[in-house]
Amino acid sequence: MAYKIIAEQCTGCGACEFECPSKAIKEKNGVFAINAEKCTECEGSFDTPQCASVCPVDDTCVPV
Amino acid sequence: MQGSVVSLASIKRIAALDRPAPVAAGCPSQAGGVDPRVADHPCYSEEAHHYFARMHVAVAPACNIQCNYCNRKFDCANESRPGVVSEKLSVEQGLAKVMAVAASVPQMSVVGIAGPGDSLAGASAPKTLALFEAVRAQLPDVKLCLSTNGLALAEHVERLKELGIDHITITMNAVDAKVGEKIYPWIFWQGQRLTGRLAAQTLLDRQLLGIEKAVAAGMLVKINSVLIPGVNDHHLPEVHKAVRARGVFLHNIMPLISNPEHGTVFGLSGQRAPTNAELEAVQAACGIDAKLMRHCRQCRADAVGMLGEDRGQEFTNDLVAAKTEVDFEARDLYRQLVAKEREDRKQAAKRAGLGLAQMTHGQKRRVAVCTKGGGRINEHFGHAREFRVYDVDAGGLSFVGVRRADNYCQGGWGEEDHMEAILKALDGCQAVLVSKIGRCPKDELAKAGIEAVDRFALAYIEEGVSGWFADQAQLNKITA
Ligand code: SF4
Ligand code: SF4
Ligand code: SF4
Repeated sequence: MAYKIIAEQCTGCGACEFECPSKAIKEKNGVFAINAEKCTECEGSFDTPQCASVCPVDDTCVPV
Repeated sequence: MQGSVVSLASIKRIAALDRPAPVAAGCPSQAGGVDPRVADHPCYSEEAHHYFARMHVAVAPACNIQCNYCNRKFDCANESRPGVVSEKLSVEQGLAKVMAVAASVPQMSVVGIAGPGDSLAGASAPKTLALFEAVRAQLPDVKLCLSTNGLALAEHVERLKELGIDHITITMNAVDAKVGEKIYPWIFWQGQRLTGRLAAQTLLDRQLLGIEKAVAAGMLVKINSVLIPGVNDHHLPEVHKAVRARGVFLHNIMPLISNPEHGTVFGLSGQRAPTNAELEAVQAACGIDAKLMRHCRQCRADAVGMLGEDRGQEFTNDLVAAKTEVDFEARDLYRQLVAKEREDRKQAAKRAGLGLAQMTHGQKRRVAVCTKGGGRINEHFGHAREFRVYDVDAGGLSFVGVRRADNYCQGGWGEEDHMEAILKALDGCQAVLVSKIGRCPKDELAKAGIEAVDRFALAYIEEGVSGWFADQAQLNKITA
């Protein structure tokens, strides 16, 4: 269970990286990517996945 | 440094020249007492705009809300001309850029952070604050300012105050959530994405709280509102009342810019931009003295320069990589020269005003001026990207506003298109005062009924405009 970022849609704003409670998101060549091993889908920390809630582009932070 | 800014050298050169005999007009932008905190701030003082430059540092790409006039692939539409993409800088890169600009542009008096997203959004705030801290430590003589959508302002006021930030701009488009929900589809607040009226209500509440706190902390707070016809046009007077009651010192209404190709919700839904007349009507309904911000051009988040120029491209990351030494003495010297120039200009304007006041005839005229700063007619027509427009009659000069000829156009026009844009910008003007102009454009202007005048080259704007006006009046008397 994890989230991923559709790289072609990512604006590289970094909002998700900051909000992620699991430090699962890192920048790679101007766009951001989720480390599936670290992603907890925010369980235990928030009701909704933070990356998907803060991301300005619809359907960019999505379940794997 | 080329001649694109008022360099030390150019000021010395100008000062050594014989000036044309002063003829006429009171400079409107100097009327009234200017708050010392804004006297040297090019974004708040039209007069300071001629001598000082601001730079925006794009260290804040993240945002915490969504506006329907913004497409987040581009810069924050609240603070930039929509549809532009700024570079994204790390704090270190941002600081290197500030130092590079300070070293080569002694006019630089303001460092601002206005995006490309929201300067105080979760991911942005630490970078914004870190950059301010670093600049404050290294360049104590510059002013710091910040623009924000206001959602996260209240909790940062104290720290911003400690860092000596005394100007804040907040974009506020509504005070009623029923209006706000048509503008903001969602916000990200305390770990949740809020939508609908709740989102708007939360944002508006936080904005008002942020304004109150900032004003209470003694900061100068400016409000920008985007005029969206059919959405908040009738509502903006209420916004004006609400922000005035909270002690903001300036409320600026900007037109919505809405193009389908920007891919914004409004752009795609066919929401149109206001006309100039609509904008003026709403400003009047709010009782706003539009003159105060008539020189504002929505700068992009990485803009560098003065008087509408943008030298941002000169200071790209690669170029600032080399460490630069800031010559504080040169910056001081510049300020001393500027102080003298400003005094001279004031005197010239006064003399010009006295000359005009003695005239008993002459119809009101509208005149455009090409300048690259220093309050002088010193720009070649062919280099002008924008025009400063003045009305003149026996009562003096009044500044009408800045007309851009490159309106949101990101380059790539043919010469003909450019002339067309210029003619549009000069619509309603009887003359354009330039330092130089080629024959062809002069003829083309004449065909459009606009006289191109180069005999006031290097004169102060007030001298040139009133001089032209006096000549006109004389001419009319003879032919009448
Ligand atoms: S779902 Fe939560 S834990 Fe997973 S990457 Fe997104 S923010 Fe991080
Ligand atoms: S929030 Fe969205 S657009 Fe911004 S970096 Fe993350 S995935 Fe990319
Ligand atoms: S605040 Fe600025 S960056 Fe954020 S959505 Fe609105 S216009 Fe865009």
